[in-house]
Amino acid sequence: MRVAGKGRIDRSQTLSFAFDGNSYRGHPGDTLASALLANDIRMVGRSFKYHRPRGILTAGSEEPNALVTVGRGPATDPNVRATVQELYQGLSARSQNAWPSLAFDLMSVNDLAAPFLGAGFYYKTFMWPRAFWEKLYEPVIRRAAGLGALGPEKDADHYDKAYAFCDVLVIGAGPAGLMAAWTAAQSGLQVILADEDSVMGGRLNAETLEVDGQPGADWAVDMVAKLSQMDNVRLMPRTTVTGAYDGGTFGALERVSHHMAAVPKGGGKETFWRIVAGRSVLAAGAIERPIAFQNNDRPGIMTAGAVRAYLNRWGVSPGKAVTVFANNDDAHRTATDLQEAGVHIAAVIDSRNDVQAKGDYKLLTGAMVDGSSGRGGLSAISIRTASGSEKIMTDCLAMSGGWNPTVHMTCHMNGRPTWNEAIASFVPTHGAIPGMETAGACNGAFSTAACLAEGEKAARACIEALGGSVGDVAIPAAEDGFYAIGPLWAVPGKGRAWIDFQNDVSVKDIKQAARENFTSVEHMKRYTTQGMATDQGKNSNVAALALLADATGRGIPETGTTTFRPPFSPVALAALGAGAQGTGFAPERRTTSDAATRAAGAPMIEAGLWYRPSYFPQAGEKTWRQSCDREVGYVREAVGVCDVSTLGKIDIQGPDAAKLLDFVYINMFSTLKEGRVRYGLMLREDGFVMDDGTTARMGPNHYVMTTTTAAAGQVMRHLEFVTQALHPEWDVRIVSVTEQWAQFAVAGPKARDLLNDLLDAPIDNDSWPFMACGPVSVQGVEGRLFRISFSGEHAYEVAVPARYGDSLFRTLKARAEAMDGGAYGMEALNVLRIEKGFITHAEIHGRVTAGDVGMGRMMSQKKDFVGKTMAARPGLTDDGREQLVGLKPVGAVKQLTAGAHIYSDGEEPVRAHDQGYVTSVGFSPTLGHFIGLGFVQDGLMRRGEVLNMVDHLRGIQTRVELCDPVFFDPEGGRTRG
Amino acid sequence: MRLSCPICGTRDVREFYYQGAAVMLVRPAPDAGEAAWDAYLHLRENPAGDLEELWSHDGGCGAWLKVTRNTVTHEVKKAVLATEVKR
Amino acid sequence: MARGRSCVGDEMGVRMRFSGLRVLKEGLTGNKGWGPHWRSPEPKAEYDIVLIGGGGHGLATAHYLAKVHGLTNVAVLEKGYLGGGNVGRNTTIVRANYMLPGNSEFYSHSLKLWEGLEEDLNYNVMHSQRGIINLVHSDGQRDAFVRRGNMMVGQGDDAEMLDTDGVRKLLPMIDFDQTRFPVFGGLYHRRGGTARHDAVAWGFARSASDLGVDLIQQCEVTGIDVINGVVKGVQTTRGPIRAKKVGMVAAGRSSQVAAMAGMRLPIESHVLQAFVTEGLKPCLDHVVTYGMGHFYISQSDKGGLVFGGDLDMYSSYAARGNLPLVEHVAEAAMTLMPQIGKARMLRSWGGIMDMSPDGSFIMDRTDIEGLFVNTGWCYGGFKATPASGHTFAHLLATGNPHPTTVRHRLDRFRTGRGIMDEESTGSQHNLH
Repeated sequence: MRVAGKGRIDRSQTLSFAFDGNSYRGHPGDTLASALLANDIRMVGRSFKYHRPRGILTAGSEEPNALVTVGRGPATDPNVRATVQELYQGLSARSQNAWPSLAFDLMSVNDLAAPFLGAGFYYKTFMWPRAFWEKLYEPVIRRAAGLGALGPEKDADHYDKAYAFCDVLVIGAGPAGLMAAWTAAQSGLQVILADEDSVMGGRLNAETLEVDGQPGADWAVDMVAKLSQMDNVRLMPRTTVTGAYDGGTFGALERVSHHMAAVPKGGGKETFWRIVAGRSVLAAGAIERPIAFQNNDRPGIMTAGAVRAYLNRWGVSPGKAVTVFANNDDAHRTATDLQEAGVHIAAVIDSRNDVQAKGDYKLLTGAMVDGSSGRGGLSAISIRTASGSEKIMTDCLAMSGGWNPTVHMTCHMNGRPTWNEAIASFVPTHGAIPGMETAGACNGAFSTAACLAEGEKAARACIEALGGSVGDVAIPAAEDGFYAIGPLWAVPGKGRAWIDFQNDVSVKDIKQAARENFTSVEHMKRYTTQGMATDQGKNSNVAALALLADATGRGIPETGTTTFRPPFSPVALAALGAGAQGTGFAPERRTTSDAATRAAGAPMIEAGLWYRPSYFPQAGEKTWRQSCDREVGYVREAVGVCDVSTLGKIDIQGPDAAKLLDFVYINMFSTLKEGRVRYGLMLREDGFVMDDGTTARMGPNHYVMTTTTAAAGQVMRHLEFVTQALHPEWDVRIVSVTEQWAQFAVAGPKARDLLNDLLDAPIDNDSWPFMACGPVSVQGVEGRLFRISFSGEHAYEVAVPARYGDSLFRTLKARAEAMDGGAYGMEALNVLRIEKGFITHAEIHGRVTAGDVGMGRMMSQKKDFVGKTMAARPGLTDDGREQLVGLKPVGAVKQLTAGAHIYSDGEEPVRAHDQGYVTSVGFSPTLGHFIGLGFVQDGLMRRGEVLNMVDHLRGIQTRVELCDPVFFDPEGGRTRG
Repeated sequence: MRLSCPICGTRDVREFYYQGAAVMLVRPAPDAGEAAWDAYLHLRENPAGDLEELWSHDGGCGAWLKVTRNTVTHEVKKAVLATEVKR
Repeated sequence: MARGRSCVGDEMGVRMRFSGLRVLKEGLTGNKGWGPHWRSPEPKAEYDIVLIGGGGHGLATAHYLAKVHGLTNVAVLEKGYLGGGNVGRNTTIVRANYMLPGNSEFYSHSLKLWEGLEEDLNYNVMHSQRGIINLVHSDGQRDAFVRRGNMMVGQGDDAEMLDTDGVRKLLPMIDFDQTRFPVFGGLYHRRGGTARHDAVAWGFARSASDLGVDLIQQCEVTGIDVINGVVKGVQTTRGPIRAKKVGMVAAGRSSQVAAMAGMRLPIESHVLQAFVTEGLKPCLDHVVTYGMGHFYISQSDKGGLVFGGDLDMYSSYAARGNLPLVEHVAEAAMTLMPQIGKARMLRSWGGIMDMSPDGSFIMDRTDIEGLFVNTGWCYGGFKATPASGHTFAHLLATGNPHPTTVRHRLDRFRTGRGIMDEESTGSQHNLH
């Protein structure tokens, strides 16, 4: 119910919203949780395992119970914490994990079966019969588990990522954080102040405490206003710092438009920030812990601080007759605040003996709540006192087992918190995050005055560390109460007392885990699932390990904690992966011929990050094979044009350029004449083939290397390594020019005729023999011409600066078409090269030696080169290695398939008879049958042998003859002609 | 994590490529023998502590760096150009 | 098989069998009858075999030493808590889909052990053969997967090639329309799946302990005693322990343990991160790998989407990673299955991977008599747990490698013989 005269929300305006299909009203400034409580809605969800009715427990992001689904269709947002979701007009939320309805949930039968479903029960059963696990047991468990459901469509909202840099990052904008930001700002340093809440001020907004003689919340408003005027301060509300990473890097999630009915045009739902900070101040506050007692999970039972927050910030009392159960002084404020607001306090039950009432309410000392009752929500509690027991009618119990400093982020880099007996909880260990200071409640300082002082002090430490300075900064006067607590984790007694609300872990479960020798805190957590729910144990960890310590007879510090891991609170994958939807995942590299190629209707395929044409279809062609066969014919009979710009091009210049090439290739390049090209093979230092390609000598100290498309980056980095790390004394410079040059293969008997139409100075076989290269003028453009061939035909590659690529491709294509040829794609290129036995990375796949591909004799004996020594290892030179062969089908089935294995003829096609595998296949229109390349044990010596090719997966089997990999024109006359 | 490139300044780790221990800077002679080459390519001290290692700023200037970094805390202590190490 | 059982006798009491009936009976009587899953004995002065490392592989080794070889005078020394290493922090995938000889038969052996594991251990490790699909994005990749699949079938395991429609039927959540690397099909390994990782460690621990093996936690090995080339025992934080044989099976600290014996391993330690979302109702029934994005994902029985990607790439013992990889993995998720955009990442963590120069593991004798090494599992150790234990037990008990591990020798990098480079990236440790 709303309480008159309380709260800091705008009651002049009304918002309507829906929960589970029913309409309600709230106000701007409400959260979904405060609005539900104002409408006296108490049951909001069902627990994970036993489907017990649950209500709102907290007022923050640590909420374990009030998880709802907001939105529908592609905007469906499951597992939204009602305590964080700001209310907006038309908000529609629904409960989760209940069927058919929240009030009547069939799965709550689990709760009746709870004696059989205790900690770790599933490890002990469902083992028989074996096949039932996947078919019966697991599906049932899976359906019962889980919380919300994903929407039925892909996420349609826009998300962003961003970077920010600052000198001081202040995490949390309560009194400590505001004071830290204010102090740091005075020094002129760049400051970012981030807070997960929509309103800065932290607990000041939830309490009635004064700062500087005015209400704390008003002081916060003033401070935020002052900070917002400063150029060196950036305020980031609705921003959760999610993790601390190396080098002063933090992750942070800004909820940009969750508080709006729709994402504004051009805006996003969330932004994931990478914040780099010179120093940081953690002022993350503290989280109140519940007390375990029988049925302490009934809707209407909340943490005492949350009850205070709902009253003071949102003007809501979660009950009409409120009781308080606590072990510390702080919770008594809940009683006094409510009483001042006119809400009836039925009783305050304090487990300590020597406690005075802070107001005019019934106080039971040395007493404990040991049970609750009420259907659908709390109606009464039972109390055990020294003199006996009594029952008190109440519709809201505010409980407090004390406060746990929010130390989580200080553990993100493997730091462990330190036990502090005075507050019966853990505090941060200084230095756990390099450059991070901690201040205020997260540091165990619970009074407002201490928070303010620590904020100032933490900022001052940051300023000094950064070499800055700041004068005196006035610390405003504030409440400086002493935090007195008498530890109470669980009320002894029968029944189930809940520790981890969402995962339904009870005190009994923890004791049972200890009895079963799961005595390590990590074992207990994993066995009971305590701490593994969406709150990551924020509400339960300290109590759980205190109970474990008790059960095992160890102290709490010796028992230790589990590890807090990022993110501090869960982050949507759409935010972390912003920008990657659709094609945004990786850059798209397009060649200069891309537009003309797509215009010609060519289907594009990915080649690394590049797009290349598969083939160029023509009217009347029904299959890609028809197109491919035609394009092969262009090259074999007329002239074909193909964009080969994706191959890596590396410009190498300097007096020691030849030394570099001799060192990275297995064969000699220092002997290469100017104006000539040579094929080279490169090894990795472990002796296996890295890449191949041609390198052209353009001048005395100038070479241009080409690499395969796939290995361009790797080869460039390799050359950088050799020249910087191994031989910095060499005078040589290298630069990648892949993007600078558009390069096209012009191949076929009419290739020279075509080129001579374009070149300003015609060439002939004498001036430009096979493997010649040099500068040419292409219709007035300075280009380069290489007489090299990947098809076995008379062929060239012509290169021009990339800005002329589009024009040159269109010209080449048109002229080739006029000569009964045309453009060809990757399919035809592949067939052409297989016909010639030329290898690609299908063959040099990273596990082959030069010898395996028949190039063992290319390895120069006259020089050292990368990979030479390791290539001589016995394992790389032994007999029995799989070696490159050509393959021809000779059985009834005439098809070959890549990926098929080759088995001994006449033997079962099983591992024991495995002889090798097929790497590349194609139908050769030139030869009229399938041809293939593959690797077979000792294949170089076995030509003519017939073996059995089996593709189990495609159901194809045929006999294959091993042959020379060069199927077409083995003498090479066409290339030279 | 952030690394200090001597040429470009401090940059996010995502700009860098990691190769491994800096032993790779000292390539054995071709005839140094099996053990030396095995040590060069395969065997590693692999300390839980300070490690000298090789990074390439290939999302930046392309420089190869010898970096001293703690493998337990990830603290980066030093970064020098590979070319400087060899000279 | 159960030769080890008799040695425990009355000292241990009768092992409590787990069953549905037992759960029922205990439930009706207040669950007071459940005893410890394993004993917590004081270390003895001497054992026949000491295993350094109480992770999944160490515990499995202990189980098989006792059960298959009848060797129960065995101790497992664990510096932290049982199963606290990679067996407790992986993405739980179990498969036998390797391509190269050596690995193929080993993982085939392992999957068969998985299939009988619950019966063998009397412990439900929730081995779920829900199927693994490796997505295919290009003709070249399809050919490579077909080659792998044919190896699997030849080995006697299962593999099928799905076309786009086949994948669509199983994985409707994938965005087939506009991913950067469209899905053309997938290699489907039906017998692949997942298991509840912690339960695997606990099941092996419980069985080994019941069979008489001493599992000693909070016991860090600080030295390995070697005299004249023969191992004599270990020094620990709980005193010296003599041993006839010592097995080093301490993934994540392999190099440090081996250094105590003066050995340098071909290992570099790297961090691999893994992630889980909040619980969601069932939406993903299989394990999916997305090679172009270095991404894999499945949904746990609790409803969390469990996923991971590549190494962070730098050497690390921190068991935690950094944002670039976190974001990369989320980006891969968003391009592949944008329907999971509003699933929230709940927790990220890291494990320490022993990366070997060929990406395959090492299991061998060492030059020190009685000292054995089991390392280099890279990030594939979980699925190997039963077979690693089974074959390492064989090696320890007989002195000879099991037939499925004959290629996994320590000297293979020096000689080049038996290198199993599945990723084909060469001798750089972090590229596997």
